[in-house]
Amino acid sequence: MQLENLLRRSVLKCLLLAGFTLPLAMARAQENPYIVTYDHYLEEPRSLEVEYFSTFGTQRNGNDFHAFWAEFEYGATAWWTTELYLDGQTTFNDSTLFTGFRWENRLRLLQHEHFINPVLYTEYEHISGADKILKEIEGHDGEADTAGPNALARKEHKNEVELKLLLSSTLKGWNIAENTLAAKNLSNSPWEFGYAIGASRPFALKASPNRCNFCPENFVAGVEMYGGLGDRYTFGLHNTSHYLAPVIAWNLPSDWTLRLSPGFGLNDNSRRFLLRWGVSREFSGFGDAIGRIFGGRK
Amino acid sequence: MIRFTRLERQAPAVLILAFAVTVTSGQERTERPAKTHRSVYFDLTQAPERASARQNPLAGDPDAVAAGRKLFGMHCAECHGNMARGSPRAPSLLARPVRQATDGTLFWIVTNGVVRRGMPVWSKLPEPERWQIVSYLKSLAMSETLYPQ
Repeated sequence: MQLENLLRRSVLKCLLLAGFTLPLAMARAQENPYIVTYDHYLEEPRSLEVEYFSTFGTQRNGNDFHAFWAEFEYGATAWWTTELYLDGQTTFNDSTLFTGFRWENRLRLLQHEHFINPVLYTEYEHISGADKILKEIEGHDGEADTAGPNALARKEHKNEVELKLLLSSTLKGWNIAENTLAAKNLSNSPWEFGYAIGASRPFALKASPNRCNFCPENFVAGVEMYGGLGDRYTFGLHNTSHYLAPVIAWNLPSDWTLRLSPGFGLNDNSRRFLLRWGVSREFSGFGDAIGRIFGGRK
Repeated sequence: MIRFTRLERQAPAVLILAFAVTVTSGQERTERPAKTHRSVYFDLTQAPERASARQNPLAGDPDAVAAGRKLFGMHCAECHGNMARGSPRAPSLLARPVRQATDGTLFWIVTNGVVRRGMPVWSKLPEPERWQIVSYLKSLAMSETLYPQ
């Protein structure tokens, strides 16, 4: 009986998802290549971007792991983007498990473009201690946190709020982004801090007149660096981990964006190597399609 | 016999309620007087003088128009329509205020968007690509002036 219910629900969910997404137009987005750093560009209004990301990590004192997450990013307005994450991981020679969800919102603070453009970021996350996606590094996060077995780590539950100030500039084709974060576990833990910075540029600044897959303007490359800054009581670089990661994105005319980023741990607390990749696709007019389903404005 | 959970039993009622609310709000929307486009084009007048006076470095480049057409199809046509004639989501770009706007003004609007009205900023496109879009818009304006439809 349970199997029947499970099957029925799965089929219904697939049908609903297909019904929502198939009639939508695809938009060819000019996506940045960052995996961790945010720039100030929000999702286009009423568009949904579905993304899958993967991180393969090697550790000195623990099993290697493959962490993965799905992102559903929706442009509520031109100044507000909301996003849901679903996280999971496989630890080699151990197990695979769902590790929780995150809900983030990004709010553009200024109407016009300026030399530095601020965006306010808020996030709530409900994850287990086994979460390894490393979407942000905060406080004294380090390799030791993810070296233990999943069976133990999954028993720890984290309800955390996170605030970020995203600053981003665009100059002569370059994007430069700086993020600072403050995170608070809602249990009795101190505020923890972290940072991410990134710079990127398309291979070409002018578009070619023809549609092409391998045109240089379809490729954006750069580098990002991220790490922890301790907590309220021990602010600074002591006992923190840091990473340097070249990044590249390929914006295909067929509406897909592929990202690749090999990351290198910069000190003994860091994981040795992180290989990240992601694929995303944007569905324009998602909000309108949902509105039509419920009989809203045509 | 399939047993329904509490959530499943309540789902139809919630859906019907949501549907009714959405339909009702949709009806309210249609009863409101239609927005005039004057307020939409008003933002063209907000470009600073210095920005409006900027010259298109790609003016007269036929490749820029072709590339601009491609970029318009990728980033703008979803809201403004394939032929830039507008849609319920965004105004026509063939209207007189747009045709009469300087290259610099159009570039300023593309760069800054009209965030409060739902047009995102497009400074994520490199500057030459934004000028290519402006070149294409000006070519549309020219053909609309010569051959109005």
